[in-house]
Amino acid sequence: MTGNEVVAWAAIAARADIMYGYPITPQNEVMHYWTRLAPKFGKEFLQTEDELAAGFTTIGGVLAGKKAFTATAGPGNILMQEPASMAEMMRLPVVVVIMQRGGPSTATVIYSQQEVILTTFGGNGEGFRIVYSTSGLQELYDYTIKAFNTAWRYRFPVFVLADGYQAKMREPLTIYDPLARGMELVPPEQYVGRPGMPGVDRPPGHYRNTYNTEEELYEILQGHVQEYERVAPEIMEHESLETEDADLLIIAHGVVGRAAKQAVEQLREEGLKVGCFRPVTLRPLSAGALRDAVSRAKRILVVESAYGQLGKLVRDALCGLVVEMFSLYKPGVGVTPEEVVIRSKELIA
Amino acid sequence: METKPHKFCPGCGHGIALRALGQAIDELGIQDRTVFGCDIGCSLLAWDFFNVDTVQTHHGRTTPVMTGIKRANPDLICIAYMGDGGGYAIGSQHLVNAAGRNEKITVILANNTQYAMTGGQMAPTTLPGQKTETTPYGRDVEWTGLPAQGPEMVAAIAPEGAYVARGTVSKVRQLQKMYVRALLNQIEGRGFSFVETLATCPTNWRTNAEKTWAFLEKQMPEYFRVGELKVPVTTEETLKSADSRRRPEVLRKASRRGEEE
Repeated sequence: MTGNEVVAWAAIAARADIMYGYPITPQNEVMHYWTRLAPKFGKEFLQTEDELAAGFTTIGGVLAGKKAFTATAGPGNILMQEPASMAEMMRLPVVVVIMQRGGPSTATVIYSQQEVILTTFGGNGEGFRIVYSTSGLQELYDYTIKAFNTAWRYRFPVFVLADGYQAKMREPLTIYDPLARGMELVPPEQYVGRPGMPGVDRPPGHYRNTYNTEEELYEILQGHVQEYERVAPEIMEHESLETEDADLLIIAHGVVGRAAKQAVEQLREEGLKVGCFRPVTLRPLSAGALRDAVSRAKRILVVESAYGQLGKLVRDALCGLVVEMFSLYKPGVGVTPEEVVIRSKELIA
Repeated sequence: METKPHKFCPGCGHGIALRALGQAIDELGIQDRTVFGCDIGCSLLAWDFFNVDTVQTHHGRTTPVMTGIKRANPDLICIAYMGDGGGYAIGSQHLVNAAGRNEKITVILANNTQYAMTGGQMAPTTLPGQKTETTPYGRDVEWTGLPAQGPEMVAAIAPEGAYVARGTVSKVRQLQKMYVRALLNQIEGRGFSFVETLATCPTNWRTNAEKTWAFLEKQMPEYFRVGELKVPVTTEETLKSADSRRRPEVLRKASRRGEEE
């Protein structure tokens, strides 16, 4: 099974109701599998005219009280930021799956980690969204299900950030029904079309994203800030490997995190004290856990298939700590464990 | 249906158009399942106007938001309300494709020949020679093209079952009839419905009452012909043979209005 197929199955397992989508490589097969599965499970699909429409129709689906999602990549992710900013302002639980491709511009249809800043802080706002960076197909399945729960529980837009490698690669995973495992599935709620006559049986739902004065907006945003800060600790996730006594801490996310972990295992076998910290949520970032790990190591190596996008997030989280920061930035291409081993040994030597 | 006082400028066409729309909603008895979407531009001022569920969206994006709601819950009656900039410029791809797919939504577009909220710039609908903030010497069609013929375009691309008309706030009863027919088309699930509505903007036209009305009644219809461009055969039948339909009284009423015009 490929990653794109996994996403479609996970959306079914999460009881998603409707997908809105527009073709762009490398996420196309999410739609291909969804359109094959959807009729069998009583689900809906709409192919829209572009990613703007895909995002805004997804918002419509959410307003109607359905678990709605879309998937895109690269230039499509750029267009997706407009609906994402509306979802952010109106606290709408849209779910967007991103399969990163090379950038900037059309670049490649294959792979990169260059949509980190766009996905975490895109739009004309403060980045009040949740971004899960998956590292393989099992996580793609788990976190796609989780994305719907997180979105509907906290009412912030949620992104599952993967990449073209994960979209197209095959590896074994366990597909399961979350309800059969006793997992909770957070139910959706209607924003519009609730029962009863508006103004008589219930107040009309009046939803807006525009405000008249600076103070009015400030008050709304203060609410968003407080709510985001309050729920962030419940949402933050990371993975760490051999960080306790590491002299050098490798920081990587997504599929590159796997290369970093393999490199750490190999370096440990050679007796070198290297650890790995892999943020799962890039937004909100587990800054506290990262600072703890870094303050023990003193030297860090940021590895990513981009030119310092994770690096930016890490620097921001570590502000105030004294630490030597090194990088292995390979924008738009994959990173092998061997490359990480070589770079680590250079730094340790 | 109750409304709040409107927030538009004195002499603005939106108030008249919205009143006709509200009365159409009442006439059809669909207040409890109507979702009203308004765009960016002056139309956004209607975000809390009606006692119906309302969503204010982004510039040009009301069509896809209403499409998304309708696709997720086809029982709702979804109305996308926008200006000429939202429908014919920044959101034209959504209008074209929603019409092409025959989405079961109703788009109501107020055409006042310019971008009003932003201070009176040229719109796709600005008349040849008309002065705006971005055409201070008058619209030169050699450089900026001819005014958009929205309903003509929609009528040309929408499949059978679509309802397309152009009304004007100077003929309110006819306008309301068009809104009823457009909404009926959606209620009956036939297809896309679209009503461009010629509207006034004395603030940006910089016209007094007399000149405002003259521009609306004389100059605009010379370029924008008022009338129905596409009416599904079945809609005519529905309006004529009310007996077998869901809301016979309403439909008889709508039918009588039609004959009066």
